[in-house]
Amino acid sequence: MIDTCGLSCPEPVIMVKKAMESGEDSYTVVTDNRTSFENISRFANHQGFSVSSENKGDTYTIYLERKK
Amino acid sequence: MNELQSSKKEYLIIAVCGILAGLFGAILVKYGNPKNMGFCIACFIRDTAGALGLHTAAKVQYIRPEIIGLVLGAFGTALFRKEFKPRGGSSPITRFVIAFFVMVGCLMFLGCPLRMTLRIAGGDLNAIVGLAGFIVGILIGIIFLKKGFSLKRAYSQTAVEGGTMPVVQIALFILLIAAPAFIYFSAEGPGASHAPVLLSLIAGLTVGGMAQLSRLCMVGGIRDFVLFREKRLLIGFLVLLATAFIINLCLGNFNPGFTGQPIAHNDGLWNFMGMLLVGYGCVLLGGCPLRQLVLSGEGNSDSAITVLGLLVGAAFCHNFGLASSADSVTSAGKIGVIIGLCVITIIAIINTKKSKA
Repeated sequence: MIDTCGLSCPEPVIMVKKAMESGEDSYTVVTDNRTSFENISRFANHQGFSVSSENKGDTYTIYLERKK
Repeated sequence: MNELQSSKKEYLIIAVCGILAGLFGAILVKYGNPKNMGFCIACFIRDTAGALGLHTAAKVQYIRPEIIGLVLGAFGTALFRKEFKPRGGSSPITRFVIAFFVMVGCLMFLGCPLRMTLRIAGGDLNAIVGLAGFIVGILIGIIFLKKGFSLKRAYSQTAVEGGTMPVVQIALFILLIAAPAFIYFSAEGPGASHAPVLLSLIAGLTVGGMAQLSRLCMVGGIRDFVLFREKRLLIGFLVLLATAFIINLCLGNFNPGFTGQPIAHNDGLWNFMGMLLVGYGCVLLGGCPLRQLVLSGEGNSDSAITVLGLLVGAAFCHNFGLASSADSVTSAGKIGVIIGLCVITIIAIINTKKSKA
């Protein structure tokens, strides 16, 4: 799980980008603000991942699955 | 909503924000703001510092309603969208110091990244030199970001902590309207050139609200394109530039050249160096001065501290002769920019985590 809570732009996306270099098919990312949620989702889409998410209070859990 | 529609909507929002910022930038000049200065976050914070007596440069003292509007517009939109989240604690003093030197860079160049864009749109070729420095500064900052630079995590704060900045803006607005004797207002110079209060406030509220919605950031556009090939924020930057350019052409305010430009000097090296410092510092701060104002309206107390760093930096620049004038740059300003580059580099190195062996 990639925990990006409390980090400011663009650190969360850089963390996800670095994690994606491992070549796995799925990642779970947690963030606590909507801007990071949007930025991570947009980036993952452009990288060929499908994005789903859960939102509880201030916390967004983002599930990224590499599209086949 | 599918991904394509969502993406189209995001592009539309950022484009509308760019159009409104460019439009109001031109309208504010038509109704009294200094030329090529419909918006300038650095200049306007500097003017506000002067009005509060934090510096005594008589020509640049006025409580700028645009700043008040930008923060309150962002605050209102954030409240409406349930995005007002008080948070802070991410290296506040470090942010203050970086912001201080970002202002030193802005006042070397005579403008923030937003005014740089409006200056280019008005034909001020010195601002293109500034843009080159700005891009180099962003690229240097990106090197540290890629190596793991971080100002560490922010945490939830109380509503008082997050709401202070918007409340301060309301207090400033009351001071502007009441105009008590202890508030200074320029009788001549850029500080005396301003659009009517209500128009400036509406411009600030509108652009602040839209910037909250779109996340418009003058640094973020170039940064995200280089880092991720992400074009969204860059489109906002370019639409703003194009809008202001077209309106300037229509109003006869496009005068290309290096000399005789309004509130600008033509020292190429220091226009470049000033904006290099601004680009470098803003990447480490996570956003340009406009974005910091907007985030402070969203309850981000780290950005509020950043705005205070800009305010104190502006006062310091005018009290100790660092700020450039339209005639020339100063030796103290050059030393300030060099010290700023050194300090920011030390901060960048210390806050960049070593990669794991």
